[in-house]
Amino acid sequence: MSTTVSSSRPGNPQPGNAGKDAAAATVSAKPVGWKTPVFLAAFALISLVFFGLLAPNQTASFGISTGSDFFQLPAIQVNAFAGGLMLSILLLGLAAYAIYLKTRDKPVPGWLTVAFIVLFVVAFLIWVVGGARTPSISLAGLIAGSVTLAVPLVFGSLSGVLCERVGVVNIAIEGQLLGGAFTAAIVASMTQNPFIGLLAAAVAGAAVSMVLALFSIKYLVNQIIVGVVLNVLVSGVTGFLFSTVMQANKAQFNSPPGLDIIEIPVLSSIPVIGPILFRQSLVGYLMYIAVLVVWVGLFKTRWGLRVRAVGEHPQAADTLGINVNATRFWNVTLGGAVAGIGGSFFTLVAIDSFTKEISGGRGFIALAALIFGRWNPIGAFFAALLFGFADNLQSIVTIIGTPVPSQFMAMLPYLVTVLAVAGLVGKSRGPAASGIPYVKG
Amino acid sequence: MVRVLKLELRGITKRFGTLLANDHIDVVVEPGQIHCLLGENGAGKSTLMNVLYGLYEPSEGEILVDGKPVSFRGPGDAMEAGIGMVHQHFMLVPVFTVAENVALGAEPTKAAGFLNLDETRRRIKEISDQYGFDVDPDALVEDLPVGVQQRVEIIKALVRDAQVLILDEPTAVLTPQETDELLDIMRQLKSGGTSIVFISHKLREVKAVSDTITVIRRGKVVGTAEPAASTTELASMMVGRAVSLTLDKAPAQPKEKTFEVRNLTVIAPNGQHVVDGLSFDIARGEILAVAGVQGNGQTELTEAILGLQERVHGSILLDGQELLGRSVKEVLNAGVGFVPEDRSVDGLIGTFSIAENLILDRYDQAPFARGISMSPARVLENAKSRIEEFDVRTPSGALAAGTLSGGNQQKVVMARELSRPLRLFIASQPTRGVDVGSIEFLHKRIVAERDQGTPVMIISTELDEVMELADRIAVLYKGKLVGVVPAGTSRDVLGLMMAGIPPEEHVHTTQAAEAADTTTSTSDAEGGDHV
Amino acid sequence: MSEKQPPQHAEGEPAGRAQQPTPAAEETAAIVSVDTAGGAMEPSAVPATAQSGQLPGGPDTLLRKIFTGSGMVSVLAVLLALIIGGLLIASTDKQVATTATYFFARPTDFLAAVWNAATRSYIALFQGSVFNPRGNGLAAQFAPFMETLTIATPLITAGLGVALAFRAGLFNIGAQGQIIVAGILAAWVGFALDLPMGLHLLLVLVAGIIGGAFWGGLVGVLKARTGAHEVILTIMFNYIALYFLRYLLNTPAFQRPGESNPISPILDPTAVYPQIFGSQYRLHLGFLLAIAATVLVWWLLNRSTVGFEFRAVGANPKAAQTAGINVSRSTILVMALAGGLAGMSGVAQVAGTEKVLTDGVAATYGFDAITVALLGRSSPWGTFAAGLLFGAFRAGAVQMQIQTGTPIDIVLVVQSLIVLFIAAPPLVRAIFGLNPRRRKPARPAKSREAATTGGAA
Repeated sequence: MSTTVSSSRPGNPQPGNAGKDAAAATVSAKPVGWKTPVFLAAFALISLVFFGLLAPNQTASFGISTGSDFFQLPAIQVNAFAGGLMLSILLLGLAAYAIYLKTRDKPVPGWLTVAFIVLFVVAFLIWVVGGARTPSISLAGLIAGSVTLAVPLVFGSLSGVLCERVGVVNIAIEGQLLGGAFTAAIVASMTQNPFIGLLAAAVAGAAVSMVLALFSIKYLVNQIIVGVVLNVLVSGVTGFLFSTVMQANKAQFNSPPGLDIIEIPVLSSIPVIGPILFRQSLVGYLMYIAVLVVWVGLFKTRWGLRVRAVGEHPQAADTLGINVNATRFWNVTLGGAVAGIGGSFFTLVAIDSFTKEISGGRGFIALAALIFGRWNPIGAFFAALLFGFADNLQSIVTIIGTPVPSQFMAMLPYLVTVLAVAGLVGKSRGPAASGIPYVKG
Repeated sequence: MVRVLKLELRGITKRFGTLLANDHIDVVVEPGQIHCLLGENGAGKSTLMNVLYGLYEPSEGEILVDGKPVSFRGPGDAMEAGIGMVHQHFMLVPVFTVAENVALGAEPTKAAGFLNLDETRRRIKEISDQYGFDVDPDALVEDLPVGVQQRVEIIKALVRDAQVLILDEPTAVLTPQETDELLDIMRQLKSGGTSIVFISHKLREVKAVSDTITVIRRGKVVGTAEPAASTTELASMMVGRAVSLTLDKAPAQPKEKTFEVRNLTVIAPNGQHVVDGLSFDIARGEILAVAGVQGNGQTELTEAILGLQERVHGSILLDGQELLGRSVKEVLNAGVGFVPEDRSVDGLIGTFSIAENLILDRYDQAPFARGISMSPARVLENAKSRIEEFDVRTPSGALAAGTLSGGNQQKVVMARELSRPLRLFIASQPTRGVDVGSIEFLHKRIVAERDQGTPVMIISTELDEVMELADRIAVLYKGKLVGVVPAGTSRDVLGLMMAGIPPEEHVHTTQAAEAADTTTSTSDAEGGDHV
Repeated sequence: MSEKQPPQHAEGEPAGRAQQPTPAAEETAAIVSVDTAGGAMEPSAVPATAQSGQLPGGPDTLLRKIFTGSGMVSVLAVLLALIIGGLLIASTDKQVATTATYFFARPTDFLAAVWNAATRSYIALFQGSVFNPRGNGLAAQFAPFMETLTIATPLITAGLGVALAFRAGLFNIGAQGQIIVAGILAAWVGFALDLPMGLHLLLVLVAGIIGGAFWGGLVGVLKARTGAHEVILTIMFNYIALYFLRYLLNTPAFQRPGESNPISPILDPTAVYPQIFGSQYRLHLGFLLAIAATVLVWWLLNRSTVGFEFRAVGANPKAAQTAGINVSRSTILVMALAGGLAGMSGVAQVAGTEKVLTDGVAATYGFDAITVALLGRSSPWGTFAAGLLFGAFRAGAVQMQIQTGTPIDIVLVVQSLIVLFIAAPPLVRAIFGLNPRRRKPARPAKSREAATTGGAA
């Protein structure tokens, strides 16, 4: 007697295999596939050939202190060839260990994948900088910039986490960000108060989400359709109002006062981590708080337990007296508010006015971060950081002049996501009931 | 402190649109009783219980608790009133631990909404010890066997102080031995003061444990019965007419063995050998029935033959030709007819017309297609004759297959598979969720196919069906063949075999009287896939 | 987000509750006994209406649609979207703002201003898209309509690509990227090769279709091999294609000599579509090809074994697999075909209207294609009609902006609202106070909507 009664997983994407898997899953051992070890080995080899053997024999220099730090650290100097080679060997070691684990039918542990990604990124960075005309960048600046660029991504992916964990697919992150950015700009301009603008952004994001929730929960319209269409709708409405209202009177409607960077004394002067953690705008600090709150909330509280139950097995939640659709509605709304705050970053922190399509597809990168981060707030945070890093690197490589075209850097988040969903990080499994409307009975 | 609770359903009517699922049903559940609701699949038992549990609102009628009318707006209210329910498809979140599942909906918390699962763990241990459950509060539910999951469900109800426990077809997924254990637990609960509403269509179990039996047919209460009533009496009440419990079937005349399975092993994605070294053969003109509890490799066995499984070792020979490694299409074209166990998922496309479903595996062959161009007229023509031949009750072959009743859907699948020359016929759960009338018809068609000289393999978790159809019986347990025994083997022996004990290890004691215990084999057990 | 988990169904529920019964089927559902399927079917994976229990390729006429009410809902949805769009236009209108200040004194002024603002824009929209009575001669009067057809051309073919994938249960958000890759190949063949008339154009077309089919098929392969979800894949592929195009436009192979902007050389005259009615209209051969593509897709879906496979895989992949249909092959094939159709849009752009390759080659046609397919309910002729409608919006919006200053973005608003409303008929009926036929049971009616709108999750 050993059948595992598990739902056929909607997250399990093999067409026609979902049910079969469930039926076949007679023990709990998670499937151990060859995919991850093979991927790791392939990337280790890429690293060996390109970042190691073919690396220029030039020294890459990474500045790790900025002028405002209270003590200065010397820049790190790495020979691109030697550094790349060494890191590649480490990568090969990790890949070999993954293969060894596979032969013992053990899954690749999460830390290994994370360590692999980090080392690979470092190797890549050394190679890029080492091959540049001016092989020197400020690492501290790079990382701080990455965090900054990641802020809207983190908020967006948190919105995705909140929605998907409760069983609603949120393709409308882009629309929520855009709606938040627009509303923050116009409200902050009219009230001349960025905090009210921030609040308004949250409301706007929530409003977009409410439409998503209404159509997908009440009218049972396919969630992906609503998401896709909402993005168009928000783009249309904001574009229309931008052209008619904002353009007509820029001073009154599109010159929001910005949110200042708040420096926490002393702490902000710690090299590298100071600027990341303690030299942020209000939105930046809110980001850290939001990640923690969502994580703790989802996994440690009653609210989180219920949310996850609704996202995994709504019928079960319903039979225990939990109102599935109400839970979904309010969580999706909350998610929208979070994304809206992320949107305000564009107009209140990054740039001082709204332009059409200011979110520029970052909602989709946030979606990617959500999947890459495996539907976990912390995971999504780091995935968003990685994508922010790629984004930032893109502008830096154009400045220092590397052989890698900037367009390929811009492509990276998307490529990484394709690899991720194609199985680099193992079979990522979303909440089981995500995307499925709940009809009682 | 034992609270006793008397539950009364008065004139409960539940309509789904024009469909009357429950028609003025009156039931009284006395405190401390095991009250059985007996009825065929689709009789309206589960609907009634979902009304009682607050999942559906009754269209008419009222529920009384201790003589006072109550109205449940949701399961929360029902639980508040002391009603607990174990659904046929377990309501457990697979990726949660036992404790999380038990806590859900009534979570003990510390300040600020933080979970306090220690409290839940303590309660689980308590109840677990009291009834001898042996459940680890920190185990992931998806890792637990079905029997244990069922206990988690019971714990869930008991933690909420359920005075009335509804068990909806609880034995469908259990071995005969596990079933006996469950019946014991039910008796224990009863002596502890919990009343139980036991929903079943299995007469043997009902007779073994009930205090009162209410029989429901087509949404109506057709009478009450004492557990002492005879099996045939109960069966005819349930079905509404005298039931012939045996199938007229000439003895098999097996010819040469044309289907051979040798050392067949199927490896699941998780590395488990779900079918493990099976070897058996089937002769032309013979029915081999594969018995076993749901989830012991039957699904994978049929899928392996059909070419749906990926990691398969061994050999499958049909007329001396190897089937292994061929595509599904090639296997079908080799003359294998296949009725899958879950027709609504694997056998039919609900939104396709009946006509289209009748050619689902021959759409690209003459006369329905020439090259890649199809002929709709031929498709409809074919449908007309198949519908007539198999007595599918429908006004038109152009209607969506999903509009048909379970029995008629199964006839469509059967009609499709049997309407071409076959060299092997495999039917998995051929009568699951099918009304009695259709069962007789389908069984006859299966026997007729055998008599034409086709080797037939039936997979059924219903022991009754196995015993009725089989010329030989193979029993699977954990993917292994426990043994192949002749048709007349007793229920007890088969039951033990289904628990993994080979026939030579136990003494054949009872052989008689078992056949009389047969129920009409109508199970709506859906199996483990969709809980 | 892929397989649907069938909702728990209690015994005794109507058999057809999770599907989408035809009117006749509803009747049968009623007479079907209580003894129905224990587990009813899952909702259709496809938002297509034509998926249902019609005869194979049977009549699914416009007339029937109107009579069954879904045609009515479509009309009302369009109307509702136009009204909301009109209100949005009015809300930013100066005249409206002025009259609003003395609203309580003379509300009629205000209402008149609202009406004027909205109708002025819409009349301009109409004149810019269908018929311009002030045109100089019949040719000029019909020029807007020709422009509509021109703009509809890429919308139709890309929409067909999305619709075809929908029918096979796949969400193809990737028309944008497929158009881009098609544009890259078609444009390159068009400006880099030197070939005779006819052959050159044919090669341009083939190259474009192959490009789109490759980009779409790649998604199909990844989905079939690794199980990755096509929504995510296609979104990512759109961006990858875009950045790849931007990269190419900075390389010597693609950048126009002596040009610092990312723009390709002009396509050879032998490589561009001939204009159907001469040089006075932009309407080109691509439109006729779009009609041909519509016929082809209709035939493919309703009369061919390949289409049977697609529909089967879309409606129930497990049953299709059990019936011997190769689901992976279907997935790859349908994505390649969808990409090929989107590729035709790319060709229409580079060889029809633009005649060069820029990073705006796909404009927003790829995303609009999704709304086109949704509005057309994934049926080939529905998609064709929806393409014409949205083409008209696009064409008219240009004229509208010139005449009334109403930004083109209003089209996006109206377009997305139409799709939203069409997907939620109960909302539209509620807004217009139309109660659905009473005899229809509330609960099954609800899930019926789920089926009509249920997408390939």
